[in-house]
Amino acid sequence: MKKILTPFLIVLLSFTSCSEDLDDNLSLQNLTTFNFTHNWDGTLVTNANFNNIVYTNANGDLLSIERLRYVISDIMFTSSNNEIIELDVYNLVDVTNNNNLSFTLQTQIPTGSYTVSFTFGLDNEDNAENYLDLNSESFNVPDMLGGGYHYMQFDGKFINSNSEEQGFNYHAIRAVDNPGMNPTFPQDTFFTIDLGVIDITSNTEIEVQMNIAEWFKNPILWDLNDFNQMLMPNSTAQIMMYDNGQNVFSLGEVIQ
Amino acid sequence: MIKRWLYIIAFIALCLSCSSEDTGYEPTVQPLDIPSIFSDNIIPPIIPIDNPQTVEGVALGKKLFFDRILSANGTQACASCHSPQNAFTDNTPTSSGIDGIFGTRNSMPLFNLAWNYNERFNWDGTALSLERQAEEPVENPIELHSNWEAVVDRLQEHPEYPELFRLAFNTNTITKELTTKAIAQFERTLISANSKFDRYSMGQTNLTAQELNGLDVFLREDKGDCFHCHGNPNNPLWTDNDFHNNGLDSSFSDLGLGEVTGDPNDNGKFKSPSLRNLAYTAPYMHDGRFATLEEVINHYSDGLQNSSTIDPLMKQIAQGGVQLSDQDKADLKAFLLTLSDPSFIDNPSFHN
Repeated sequence: MKKILTPFLIVLLSFTSCSEDLDDNLSLQNLTTFNFTHNWDGTLVTNANFNNIVYTNANGDLLSIERLRYVISDIMFTSSNNEIIELDVYNLVDVTNNNNLSFTLQTQIPTGSYTVSFTFGLDNEDNAENYLDLNSESFNVPDMLGGGYHYMQFDGKFINSNSEEQGFNYHAIRAVDNPGMNPTFPQDTFFTIDLGVIDITSNTEIEVQMNIAEWFKNPILWDLNDFNQMLMPNSTAQIMMYDNGQNVFSLGEVIQ
Repeated sequence: MIKRWLYIIAFIALCLSCSSEDTGYEPTVQPLDIPSIFSDNIIPPIIPIDNPQTVEGVALGKKLFFDRILSANGTQACASCHSPQNAFTDNTPTSSGIDGIFGTRNSMPLFNLAWNYNERFNWDGTALSLERQAEEPVENPIELHSNWEAVVDRLQEHPEYPELFRLAFNTNTITKELTTKAIAQFERTLISANSKFDRYSMGQTNLTAQELNGLDVFLREDKGDCFHCHGNPNNPLWTDNDFHNNGLDSSFSDLGLGEVTGDPNDNGKFKSPSLRNLAYTAPYMHDGRFATLEEVINHYSDGLQNSSTIDPLMKQIAQGGVQLSDQDKADLKAFLLTLSDPSFIDNPSFHN
C-alpha cells in the first residue's frame, strides 16, 4: 500500500502545482495595444484630412499636412516599487498610409499599476542599429548627418509671407553639427514621453494622442517662413523640434 | 487461387503507385537568388503564395516574354518594348505598338520588381500586382492589340506550350491567369545588384573623388536632396516605389496616379523610378521627355514647374529648383552612373 501511495502522492502534487502555475500565468499576463491617434488642437486628423491647407498654427500660418510618419521605441512599464519592464521595440507610425497606427506588444504585461513611457524616435544605441524594415521605407539619415534614421517626417505646405504656397519638411533627426566625415552632436533630440500611471488589469488598449499643432507652439513659436525646409542639417531647428515635442503626446482613452 | 489474387493485388498496387506518381508531379521550386546587399539591408521580396517561383514557371515565362505570339499579328513581344540591353525598357520617349501607334508613356525598365512592397506597378500605379500588370499590354490597342481569348487559343494549339504549361503548372489547360503568372515569375528573376556602387558598398571597390562628391550632392538636403524619394546606400532599390509630383508641369495633360485613384490630390503624381541602370534607360521621366541625364539634373536644379500637387519635398520652386553648380551637376551625374549594372544587361539568363 505504501509503495503505491508514494508515487500516487507525487503525481497528485505535480498536477496540483502545475495547475496553480498555469492559473497564475493566465491571470497575470495581459495583451497591451497602443493606438496612435492624431489631432489638431483637439480636432481629429487622419490621412483623409491631408493635402488641404486648412490648419492654422500658433504663428498664424495656414498649412496642410501631406505626409506624416514617425518612430516610437523602447516602451517601458515602471511599477510603483520601481520594477521596470523595458521592451526593446520600435514602431513606425505611418499616418499617410494608415500603417501601424495600432501596435500590440509581443510581450504580455503582468497585472499591476505602471507608469508607462516610451521614446520618441530612437535613442543613440538603437539609432546605430540596421533595421531592414526602416531601410525598406527609406527612413534613413545620410551618414554625413550622423546616419541612423529619421525620428519623424512631417511634410506639407504653408502659405508664406508672400501669400504663396510653399513646402515644408519638418524632419526630426538626431541634432548634428559639422556634417561630413566627422559630424558632432550638440545634444540628444530623442525624448521620453511619459503617459502617466495606467492600471493594467486585463488586456488593455492605450490611446496615445499626438497634437500636431504642438509641434509649432510651445515653448517655441514656430515661424514656417523662417524654418521650412533643409532642417536636417540645422541643429538649431532640431533642438527647437525637441523642445516643442515635449508637449505633443498625451494619454488618451484606456480601454480594458 | 491465392497466388492469382496476389498477382491481381500487386497489379492494382502498381497501377495506383503509377497513378499517384503522375498526379504527384510538382514543378521544381526555385527560390529567388537574393543578393546579399539586399538581404543585409531590406526586407524580403514579395512572392505571391499562389505563384511560387519554379524552374519550369520561370522558363515558360521567359519564353512567353520573348514570344510574339502574344500580339495580334505576331510582330511584337513584351521584349519589343522591354529589351534586355536597355535594362528592359526601350530607347524612345514612348513606344510604338503593333499598329505603329505610339503611346503616351515611357516603357518602364524592369528589375528588382519583387521588392516593390506596395505592389503598385506602372507609372500611374494602375496594376496592383505583377501578374495583373502583365494582363493589360496584351489587349491594349496601342500595344500588342490582341485579346486574351485569342492568345490562349494560340498557345493551346501551339506544339510546345501545352507541355510547358503542364510542366510549370501541372495542367495542360492554358489560361490567361497561368500565362501572366509565368511571365511574372520570369520578371521576378530580373535582379540587378552588381553595380559599381554595390561593390563599393560591400568594400570591393572605391569610388572616384568626383563620384563621392556626387553622392554627397545626392544626399545633402541643402544640395540635391535626391534621397528622400530615391533611397540611399542603405536602401539598394534606389527608389521609394512611391508616387510624387516632381514638378514637371504646371498643368497636367496626363493625370498619372490621379487618373487611377480619382483623387485630385494625386494629379500629376508618377512612380519614382529606380536610379539603377540609368546608363541604359534613356530617355527619362514617365513620358520620356528628357533625352539625357544632364536634362534630368537641370530639371531639378532650375526647371521645376509649380502646381497644387507638387511634392513638398521639392525645394526652391520659385527659383526653379535646388540651384546646383555646374561642378555639382557633373559630379551628381558621375555618381548616378555608378548605379548602373553591366552584368544585368549582359546576363545570358535574361536574353532570348
